[in-house]
Amino acid sequence: METLAMHISNGIINGPVAAIFAALALATLTACVLRGRRDLDDRLAPMAGLVAAFIFAVQMLNFPIFTAGVSGHLLGGALAAMLVGPWVGALCVSVVLVVQALVFGDGGVAMLGLNITNMALIGTAAGYLLIALLLRVLPRTSAGLAVTAFVSALMSVVVASQGFILEYWLGGTTDLGSNLAGLAGTMAGAHLFIGIGEGLITATTVVTVAKVRPDLVYALRGLRPAAAPTVAAVGGVR
Amino acid sequence: MSKRLWAFIGGGLLVALVLAGVVCNYASSHPDGLDSSLLKGCTVDADDNIVGGSCPAQQAKDHELADSPLADYGVRGVENGFLSTGLSGVLGVLLTFAIGGGAFWLLRRRSSGATAETDGEPGGDATVDGATPTPAGRS
Repeated sequence: METLAMHISNGIINGPVAAIFAALALATLTACVLRGRRDLDDRLAPMAGLVAAFIFAVQMLNFPIFTAGVSGHLLGGALAAMLVGPWVGALCVSVVLVVQALVFGDGGVAMLGLNITNMALIGTAAGYLLIALLLRVLPRTSAGLAVTAFVSALMSVVVASQGFILEYWLGGTTDLGSNLAGLAGTMAGAHLFIGIGEGLITATTVVTVAKVRPDLVYALRGLRPAAAPTVAAVGGVR
Repeated sequence: MSKRLWAFIGGGLLVALVLAGVVCNYASSHPDGLDSSLLKGCTVDADDNIVGGSCPAQQAKDHELADSPLADYGVRGVENGFLSTGLSGVLGVLLTFAIGGGAFWLLRRRSSGATAETDGEPGGDATVDGATPTPAGRS
């Protein structure tokens, strides 16, 4: 098959539902711009550009999963949340999805709101909630950071895959009836394995950045004030 | 902006360019988790084309911009598959960095606080973000 499609294609979800999610995504992204501006300074802005470019690159790298006939690729929500924060992170993934839809013919333009909702919004939000929780309970070590990145990335992919099920339930173009639960299970199962790949890529990337420039990892930066009692929060990551 | 930061950004971009320009040619060409889930119920041939059965993927329609010069991660006119995919990846990384980095740079908080253009951003703070205080750098 010549086409290398990675996201929801045209015709899979009906027009009205796609339009509703486009409006929802637009409103949420506007909120991300407004709130994200507070995080965006001279240091974070170029970093966010790099994160977007890096996610674009790694999304091209489909890796095989459990069965021979199925592949997966990075979604990038947890990675972006970890490196540049949830608000700017959601915008990073959205930039990637817009470029893919408008330039590379990947993911229908009419389906853009759905793809942004699942991968940029749900994926990043789920990832960040877990990141915020795990960084508080896990030890401030390289291993703690790696586990945080791995688990939050894995779960973010599974949750994002269920966003599609919600959308398909609302506006899927094939009436699956009670088979929707089957589709949900198939999606969750496949994305559990994809999540392992996502987790490994996210953990490797975040730990590498934390070794070279710990100040460029947003999740660690945000932690410092909250972790006031014990000093040297960042030092433990080296 | 410091030289060290730009060195890091440059290094990261280089990694992304190698991944998208070279490594992507070794990526799996099988349908991903979403596509394969939507193919359930259909039988496919060796090239993953649907040959029978019924499944959600059959409803898929052509992409609006399927004729784009970079459609399907290839450069139209470049016959060599390896080169075509790699070149499209390199262009994609540079384009994403230019668009994303450019937009984020324009949106960023100016440290001086004196110059606060709004960059064409609609000033709808009160409706969407009303609960949180406006940053000092704005307006």
